[in-house]
Amino acid sequence: MGVIGDAWTWLTTGTNWSGEGGAAHRLGEHLYVSGVALALACAIALPLALYLGHIGKGGALAVNISNIGRAVPVFAVLALFMLTPLRDSGYWPTVIALVLFAVPPLLTNAYVGMTEVDRSVVEAARGMGMSGPQLFARVELPLAYPMIMTGLRSAAVQVVATASIAAMVGLGGLGRIITAGFNTYDTAQVFAGAVLVAGLALLVEGALMALDRLLSPLRRRRNA
Amino acid sequence: MAGENCLVANDWICGEYLRSRSQELTDATVQHLWITAVSVLIGLAVAFPLALLARRGRHFAGPVLGLTTVLYTVPSLAMFSLLLPLFGLSSALVVTGLVLYSLTILVRNILAGLEAVPQEAKDAAKGMGYGPARLLWEVELPLALPALMAGLRIATVSTVALTTVGSLVGKGGLGNLIEDALPSLFKAQVLAASVLCVLLAVAADLLLLGVQRLLTPWTRVRATTASGGVAPAVKAEVG
Repeated sequence: MGVIGDAWTWLTTGTNWSGEGGAAHRLGEHLYVSGVALALACAIALPLALYLGHIGKGGALAVNISNIGRAVPVFAVLALFMLTPLRDSGYWPTVIALVLFAVPPLLTNAYVGMTEVDRSVVEAARGMGMSGPQLFARVELPLAYPMIMTGLRSAAVQVVATASIAAMVGLGGLGRIITAGFNTYDTAQVFAGAVLVAGLALLVEGALMALDRLLSPLRRRRNA
Repeated sequence: MAGENCLVANDWICGEYLRSRSQELTDATVQHLWITAVSVLIGLAVAFPLALLARRGRHFAGPVLGLTTVLYTVPSLAMFSLLLPLFGLSSALVVTGLVLYSLTILVRNILAGLEAVPQEAKDAAKGMGYGPARLLWEVELPLALPALMAGLRIATVSTVALTTVGSLVGKGGLGNLIEDALPSLFKAQVLAASVLCVLLAVAADLLLLGVQRLLTPWTRVRATTASGGVAPAVKAEVG
C-alpha cells in the first residue's frame, strides 16, 4: 500500500508538524476546543440531569433531547453558525456546536442512571433515616455512576468527532489537515490526518475507560 | 420582483430560491435518500449475521462488539478519509463508511432482542419440533423485532445526519448544497438544506415506526388489553 507509506512519511516529516497550519498547532486547537466544550457541557447537563433524576421528573425531556441530537447534522449546525456574526468570534462557533452535541448523551445517560437506581434500595435508605441530600450523595450517585460515565464517554467521542467536522466549514482543529489534503489532492496527507483524528478519538475513549475504572465507587468498595 | 429581492438581499428564508432551485433541491434530496437507504439496508444485512455470530458465545461476542465499538469511535471525517485510498471520490466510499457506523447500534440491538426472547417460548417451539432455522425465523426474530426496529430507527436517523459529511467527497446529498453555499455565504440554501435534512430524519423515523406497528400487531393488542404477555405473540406466529 503506497498510501500508507506516504502517509507515514508525511507524519514523520518535521515541517508538517510546525507552524500555524502544522499538525502540532492543529492538535492543540482540537484538544482546546474539545476540553472547553466538554467541561461546559458537563457543567450544564450533569446538574440538571442529576436533579431531574433525583426528583424523578422530566423523563420526556431527557429522551427527546437525545433524539433531536441524533437527527440534526453537525455539519449543518456548524455551517449555520458560520453565516451568523459568530463566524468572527474565533473558536466560539466550534465550542457552541460541540456543547450542543455533547449535552444530549450526558443528560440522557445521567438521567437514566439516576432513575434506574433500584427503588427498594432508595426505600431502604429512606427507612434508615437518610435525608434527601444524603440519599443523593451516598446511594443514588454511586449507583448511577456507571451510566454517568457511559454518557461522558459517548459525549467525549462525539466532541472529538464534531471538532474534526469543524474543518469542513473552515474552522480550526485536526480536521484541517484532512480538508487541506483534499484541496491539494494529496491523498497521503488526507490519510495521515485521518490517522491522527482516529487515533486521538480512540486515545480519548481509552483514557476515559481507564479513568472510569480508577474512579468507580463500586470498585473501591469491592477492594476494601 | 419582491421574490428575487430576497436572493439579492441574502435572506434566510427565500421563496424565490425554493422555486428557482427546486430541481437542485430535489436531486440532492434523492441522492441523500438513496445513500441513506442503501447504507442502512447493507448495514442490516451485515449486522444480522454478526449478531447471530456474537450470540454463539463469549469467544465471538467479545471481538464482534469490540470491533464495532472501535469503528463507531472513529470520527466520520476520519472514517471517510481512511477509505479514500480504497474507493476514491465515490458514493461507495460514503456508503461503506455509513454501513460501518450503523453496525454498532444494529448489532447491539439485534443481539439484545434475541437474548430477551423468553426461554419458555423457545422451549415450547422446540417441543413442537421446530428446527434451529424455523425457531429463528418464526419465534425468535418476531419476538426480537421491537428491539431490532428500535435499533434500525436510531441507525437510520443517525445515518441521515451523517450523510451530510459525505460532501467531503462530493457525495453528501443535501450536505453538498450546504458545502456549495458556504463560500458565498448563501443563507437561504444552507437553511433550506439543513431543514430538509432534519425533516428527512423525522420522516424516516415515523415511517419505520409505522412499519414496526404493521409488523408487530401483537404489541398493540398487549398495550390495549394489558394482559397479553408474550403468549399472544407465539400464538400469532404459530397460528
